[in-house]
Amino acid sequence: MAEAIRLDGVGKRFEARHAEGADYDALRGFDLAIGEGEFFCLLGPTGCGKSTVMHLVAGFELPTTGRVTVGGKPVAGPGVDRGMVFQSDLALFPWLTVKQNVAFGLEVAHRTPADTRVIVERNLELVGLAAHRGKFPRELSGGMKQRLQIARALATDPAILLMDEPFAALDAQTRRRMQEELGRIWALSRKTVLFITHDIGEAIWLADRVGIMTHGPGARLKEVIDVDLPRPRMHMTPEFVRLYNTLDDSIRAESDAMHHG
Amino acid sequence: MASVPRQTGDAAPPVAMAAAPARARRDFSRSPWLTVIVLVVSVGLWELASRTTIPILLPSPADVAGAAWKSASDGSLFRHVGVSYFRILTGWAIGCAIAVPFGILAGRLKWVRAVLDPYIEFFRFIPPIAFITLFMIWFGLGELSKISLIVYTAFFTTFLATLAGALGVEQDRIRAAQCLGATPAQVFFRVIVPGTVPHIVTGVRLSLGLAFMTVIAAEFIAAQTGVGYLIFSARLFAQTEYVFLGILLLGLMGFAANWVLKKVLSRIAYRYDVKL
Repeated sequence: MAEAIRLDGVGKRFEARHAEGADYDALRGFDLAIGEGEFFCLLGPTGCGKSTVMHLVAGFELPTTGRVTVGGKPVAGPGVDRGMVFQSDLALFPWLTVKQNVAFGLEVAHRTPADTRVIVERNLELVGLAAHRGKFPRELSGGMKQRLQIARALATDPAILLMDEPFAALDAQTRRRMQEELGRIWALSRKTVLFITHDIGEAIWLADRVGIMTHGPGARLKEVIDVDLPRPRMHMTPEFVRLYNTLDDSIRAESDAMHHG
Repeated sequence: MASVPRQTGDAAPPVAMAAAPARARRDFSRSPWLTVIVLVVSVGLWELASRTTIPILLPSPADVAGAAWKSASDGSLFRHVGVSYFRILTGWAIGCAIAVPFGILAGRLKWVRAVLDPYIEFFRFIPPIAFITLFMIWFGLGELSKISLIVYTAFFTTFLATLAGALGVEQDRIRAAQCLGATPAQVFFRVIVPGTVPHIVTGVRLSLGLAFMTVIAAEFIAAQTGVGYLIFSARLFAQTEYVFLGILLLGLMGFAANWVLKKVLSRIAYRYDVKL
């Protein structure tokens, strides 16, 4: 399997914001390789630097040391090869309708109106928002807003989808529903997905592999666990529960180490 | 996917509310008659109050109407209103037109903000009327001194509101645009500018009100026409009814200007989620 995303010995240091503050090493010696078409979940205790990893891959931040490569090329900034779904629905363009939000990436690339119309419709159908195309984001429910973010990110057909806790702000029922939807969409699109979450059940439901991070500062990848369960998956099967406990123990060891170590 | 899970804050608009039988009863607080009644009662109370004292302290509604009629027949009323409007609208439009681009640039470019910040923090505390004398010396007694003063007034309010808006554009929204392939120029015109619109609207509405205040002060001191001149010159002969007329005209002018501005802005209000 060809590599889609690779981090080699990546370190990220944030400089102190004020005179008395100290520099903070978020990551140190972080290695990770994600294959093409793989669904990879990054799991870790709060504040461990999961989002920093995501921001490095997205190109919002550059590494202090080491290399971040996407498709074999070093990341120098954000690009259309990496679509992003944010946790916050504030990332949507509130003055654009649902349809116009999805069309944004196509319009800035000067695609023809005919192309744009077809691609927008296809993606609205895919996420089940076709009936809401004329609404503004504020007229949508929380789950629908995240569907819209997914449709918008998919419209430019990126090779990689980066998802930063996209369902964390949703209620439990909507979140479950969105996980099922995402599993279906991923099966259709077969994109490489880097998905960040602190929800263990969500990671097992979605991922091919789950990476667990050590606690910060100087976080790195502690271990990677294969989720060897057939799809479509079922919740709370014995294998599911066993895996859940393994991951839970591993994460708990990290947050214990952070608080008492 | 046929159905979307219902949850709090779902998209269904409260259509059912409007159709509910309770709403069938007339809502008197929305009736246009209420305004008429309030007007009649106020004029009535004014008339009664004016009878308890002499006209020089409180002229009756009839006295003020007479003054209005007299100045309308010789055309001076329309000249005063027209000149004041001209000064307000010209100064306000120029001030806002300068403030919006500078406000957005200052909000997004650190070095522009660094250059402007000390000046802004200094001039912010100086009310426009403090400059009247200076502007008269610099720009003379003609229109330029009055309009400059209003440009200054409108600029500051609109600039500060726009700056706050441009500073507050969501970082995730900018990042989303970058991930979708937007160039820096596209991010600026397609994300930052529209994201600042609600603040610009606040700024231009506030500064219109301030422009009315400034024009009156300027016309008190350095004008031969305008509503401010009408009010201030009435003191010479103790013509209190003209003072009242000027105040009423101001109120009506502000009301009309705000009404027109709201009508214009209502075309974009829904898209940009602006409350008018």
